[in-house]
Amino acid sequence: MPGKLKAKIVAGRHLPVMDRASDLTDAFVEVKFGNTTFKTDVYPKSLNPQWNSEWFKFEVDDEDLQDEPLQITVLDHDTYSANDAIGKVYIDIDPLLSSEAATVISGWFPIYDTIHGIRGEINVLVKVDLFNDLNRFRQSSCGVKFFCTTSIPRCYRAALVHGFVEELVVNEDPEYQWIDRIRTPRASNEARQRLISLMSGELQRKIGLKVLEMGGNAVVGYLQCFDLEGESGLVVRAIGTACTLDKLIPGTVLNECMCVCVCVCCCSLILSGMGSGISVGKEAGPLKTLLRQQAQSALEQREFPFFTLTCFPPGFLVHIGGVVSARSVKLLDRIHNPDEPETRDAWWEEIRQEIKSHAKALGCHAVVGYSESTTICEEVCILSASGTAAMLNPRFMREGCLDAGGSDQRLSRCGFCHIPYDEFNMPFPAQLTYCYHCRRQKVPDVLFTTIDLPAEAAVTGKGCLIQARLCRTKKKAQGEVNATAISNLLPFMEYELHTQLMNKLKLRCMNALFGLRIQISVGENMLLGLASATGVYLSALPAPGGIQIAGKTPSDLSYDQHISTMQKRINDTIVMNKELYNIHPPECIEEVVGSPIPDRQRSRLFRSTSESSDELSELDLSHGKKDAFVLEIDDTDAVEDIQSLLTDAPMPAGFYSCNTEVMPGIYNWTSGLQMFTSVRVYRLNNANLTNQGLNKIFTDLCENLLKSLYFKLRSMIPCCLCHLNFTVAVPEEELIQVRRHTPKNTSPILSIFPRNILVRSGENEEQLQFSMELCGESTSSNNQPTAKASVSSVDYGSFADRCSTWLELLRLKAHTIRRGSVKTSRRTQSLANSEVRSRSLRSTRSLPCGAPVTVVKMTPLSFLPMTRIVKYLGIINMFFIRETTSLREEGGVSGFLHSFIAEVFAMVRAHVAALGGNAVVSYSMKECVFMENPNKNQAQCLINVSGDAVIFVRESDQEAIPPLITSGQTSTTGADGTT
Amino acid sequence: MSVELDVFVVNTTIMDEEVYQLWLDGYTVNDAVKVRMEGGVLEGCEASAEVLHSDTMDQYRTFQMCERLLHSPVKLANQLLFQIPPHRQVMLIERYYAFDSVFVREVLGKKLSKGTKKDLDDVSAKTGVTLKSCRRQFDNFKRVFKVVEELKGPLVENIRQHFLLSDKLARDYAAIVFFANNRFETGKKKLHYLTFQDFAFCAGQLISNWTVGALDNMVEDMDVDLEKEFLQDLKELKILITDRDLLDQHKSLVCTALRGKTKAFNEMEANFKNLSRGLVNIAAKLTNTKEVRDFFIDLVEKFIEPCRSDKWTAGDMRLYLTHYTNSAHVLDTFKHQVVWDRYMGVIKSCILKMYHD
Repeated sequence: MPGKLKAKIVAGRHLPVMDRASDLTDAFVEVKFGNTTFKTDVYPKSLNPQWNSEWFKFEVDDEDLQDEPLQITVLDHDTYSANDAIGKVYIDIDPLLSSEAATVISGWFPIYDTIHGIRGEINVLVKVDLFNDLNRFRQSSCGVKFFCTTSIPRCYRAALVHGFVEELVVNEDPEYQWIDRIRTPRASNEARQRLISLMSGELQRKIGLKVLEMGGNAVVGYLQCFDLEGESGLVVRAIGTACTLDKLIPGTVLNECMCVCVCVCCCSLILSGMGSGISVGKEAGPLKTLLRQQAQSALEQREFPFFTLTCFPPGFLVHIGGVVSARSVKLLDRIHNPDEPETRDAWWEEIRQEIKSHAKALGCHAVVGYSESTTICEEVCILSASGTAAMLNPRFMREGCLDAGGSDQRLSRCGFCHIPYDEFNMPFPAQLTYCYHCRRQKVPDVLFTTIDLPAEAAVTGKGCLIQARLCRTKKKAQGEVNATAISNLLPFMEYELHTQLMNKLKLRCMNALFGLRIQISVGENMLLGLASATGVYLSALPAPGGIQIAGKTPSDLSYDQHISTMQKRINDTIVMNKELYNIHPPECIEEVVGSPIPDRQRSRLFRSTSESSDELSELDLSHGKKDAFVLEIDDTDAVEDIQSLLTDAPMPAGFYSCNTEVMPGIYNWTSGLQMFTSVRVYRLNNANLTNQGLNKIFTDLCENLLKSLYFKLRSMIPCCLCHLNFTVAVPEEELIQVRRHTPKNTSPILSIFPRNILVRSGENEEQLQFSMELCGESTSSNNQPTAKASVSSVDYGSFADRCSTWLELLRLKAHTIRRGSVKTSRRTQSLANSEVRSRSLRSTRSLPCGAPVTVVKMTPLSFLPMTRIVKYLGIINMFFIRETTSLREEGGVSGFLHSFIAEVFAMVRAHVAALGGNAVVSYSMKECVFMENPNKNQAQCLINVSGDAVIFVRESDQEAIPPLITSGQTSTTGADGTT
Repeated sequence: MSVELDVFVVNTTIMDEEVYQLWLDGYTVNDAVKVRMEGGVLEGCEASAEVLHSDTMDQYRTFQMCERLLHSPVKLANQLLFQIPPHRQVMLIERYYAFDSVFVREVLGKKLSKGTKKDLDDVSAKTGVTLKSCRRQFDNFKRVFKVVEELKGPLVENIRQHFLLSDKLARDYAAIVFFANNRFETGKKKLHYLTFQDFAFCAGQLISNWTVGALDNMVEDMDVDLEKEFLQDLKELKILITDRDLLDQHKSLVCTALRGKTKAFNEMEANFKNLSRGLVNIAAKLTNTKEVRDFFIDLVEKFIEPCRSDKWTAGDMRLYLTHYTNSAHVLDTFKHQVVWDRYMGVIKSCILKMYHD
């Protein structure tokens, strides 16, 4: 019995009126953990009860501590009838189990009800006393830290990176159990919430065990997903990267932590000795092969040499091969035995093997920036995995070579671009040139990756968000036929998305994509593909060629004219974009070398699709014999391409957007940041839309959403939208039905034509920079980014006197307030108590503003600009269901979802504040499933959010901030000129 | 293709003050979009009316969700649903509780009851303030009234603390509550020329001089009601007009002081007895609740109108009232100096405020 959990219920406030007669409430609280329940006394006739309960003590196994949430239920006492539930609070006590994270959970939590939303707040204190358990065969993994952040957390350094960990657990979905027919929606929702909470606890514990087995103490880049497979069950799965992290002594400069070497493997084969002999960037072919073999053998010790990280210590990445992805279409069937989730495991295993083999084909021994996702439509499920094939530095593979490496060698600023494969034995046709940066190694002409831009990379100009959007119609079908149809369509979709990306990249005069994320979602009669990435111009890669348009029937004169006007428009756009993104690469002599088939399209995207039948079809994405950049206008697809190329609206001045953590080419961040979530659902009315028609609509939707964002955030110019994360879904007909225990499953009236496309750009991030010259003259300002960066950071250091506008003033005020509240957060508790007590009934109550609510920042980034994260308090992983049977009264679907999202934010903030934190980093909304039935006035929504709770402090008085990133990138223009 | 759902939620709530004002003014979403378009928000943005509509909808929803909290502003500070910077909270509250002076003029002194609320559409039609806005303002009055009605201590301070309003706005609300509680008649045609600010000033005078709380903040009673004892004492002032000698003596004292100082001296002398009777009669009648309601109409009819028809200037008025008040102190047989001062102090400042066109 290795743990004692203690909870104390202090008080409640703003409770809803439960007794109409008296306009008051007789509230009491049930505290439940596992199978033990305690109750407080009834606090009669008050909306602000003061329970001040004793400490409720639960003596439990640490296994349960990890799996179970603490469940707090607030009820209204009723003498004659059953007690009415007001709402619940689930508290995940995992953060208390790690010695380094939070020590106490204390604060106001919103009381949440799945039908009514937030109904008042409750003040709770939770503590855990852990006894050390030395049992080797224990089932718990207390103490393993989890991070959503996909880089080494800021106040740690990685002593060892052990590698990929994965786990999945399955269960029956309570919504689909027979009992659901007789219980209330509330009971059903709560059962579901609780189950998912339990499952994610279990999953985390199991992953933790694996980590301990590997000898690690933390999981970085922890990504947990739910697959709501409907009838066939509920799957919770997670992947992450096991690491051994050392806490940095406070005061250590950030840079050092970035320079830490990372060991990839515990295997101590032949690697020692090799590492030092090879200097990156010079090895010749055969040596390289040898190297690869060694690295491979080292990595092969483990099943999958995958890393969920997207950001690495400098020098860790040697070469990047390109994006590898695999998709597989599966038919779902009922999970028969939840304890043996073998089918699902086998599916993923298959896909990972495929990824691994793709990586191998690219001459790489590891996959970085790895992620997995699913999309489900009725019984068809597409599993996708993608990552970036890469070579990791063998120098880092020795065990215990901590600080030795890294610093002695000047970080190569182009090394990662050099091809990892053998140029005479290329896995696919590519056009190679000598690196424009070092002139020694070969580089491909374009580079696609799923990772963030490496900090040391040399970049010309600024980056921008590039999106490819695609719609494909598909016949309605069932079961196997449907699956086959989908898997037949997938390769074409990927191909087209890829072409679109490539064209848009060229149009912006850029040559590399980072943070590529391709999402394909299935609907009943259409498939949607959305690829987002951040385009940049890597100085090391050759300048991209232009786009040429060619017609097949050159006889017609007017036709020729049409083509030439098109061509002109494209050329003009390219010139304009060059100016806009400030891309002025140094003129270089073009030299094409060593490519066997030089005039072919070079595709970095290696992908395949497999169906349930295990048949593996590989597809080379090269464009056959045509040059990629010649678009033939006779081809309807090409017309479409050109249309979509030219219809992409330019960003308004002062705005930048990207989907990576940092915007390439912008270094002067301010700490004024704002996180937002936007959800849109469209209904398509006409049934018989062509592919083209759909494409047009889809593109418009995305463009409109972006425009709308720019408009809403116009007051914050200059502003950069970072980590823009788009998610699309095609909710199926049947889901329109909200509750299933209504008599019929599908109402025929509803399911005639309607089709919803859910475009969500969740977790968008916008950042504001005001103290610098960027405002107004964005084009000219970037010529000397070095100067700017230093200026702005210095400015901000004394950030009181630079405010020249009203807006800035407001910002600053907000900052000071925030800073104040950080300090008070700990006191909130006691303050609140005394304050409430002193507030006797009427008259004398002086009603101060109460204890100030701690301001909690939320960001999808792994850091907060201009601040230093001093402590990670634990992972936040929450799942909520909200349902309504009075949709119209709550302001329709928009009103319903708006308040739900606001409530979710509020609950996340409350949990973070209770842990003593003041921000959530790496925040993401993993799931947002929305279902409605307007005819029945009902709607239901599920949201899953995750992130890392942290404490940050402002760096205002500290030395210049943007550390490595600035020094690494800013002087690119100059450096390029000299080489 | 139609938009089914469109929401935009931020961590730190963004609010456009212009849209907030439109919402407060009771504009529908479509009208608000029109106004914003005309205002030129779209200039410089490549946004369409659609974008503007969606933005307006988002903001309206946010305001609607906030409205519940604004009903008890203290909650706004420690609620968890919206993360709103404190200065924004202040703005939200202040604007929400702001009211149109044309509207308040219509309901001032009326009972804040359901019946009055039903008639708001007439008020709306008359004032041009949208019905929605009228309702909000009316409900605000009623809410403030209900909360402070049973509270002890100074009225203004109570309002300020419970509704976190600025001093100015709290004073205005105190006036509204005071008028509603005493049901002063303000709607008569003769009173139309008076603005809300005139009344608010008078209310302030009455609250700080004639209520129970005026003398002692610590007393149990509230200061929404006039002090009963004081009103009783006012009856004693009648001697000033019933006792012939006293009246003559008073007149001669005032006239001596005024002679040569004003052009309107002749009218003052001629009207002295009438005017004095008017003022003292008002005082004597105040014990009767019904008469209290007519306080302002009496002031206008019995005092202000006669003076105005005699073309007194504001300076004349001040001069006259000053001497009228002070001369009473010299009267040997007049024993009610304290009550007289307390009465005349308020009357004087009220009349001076109300004496305009």
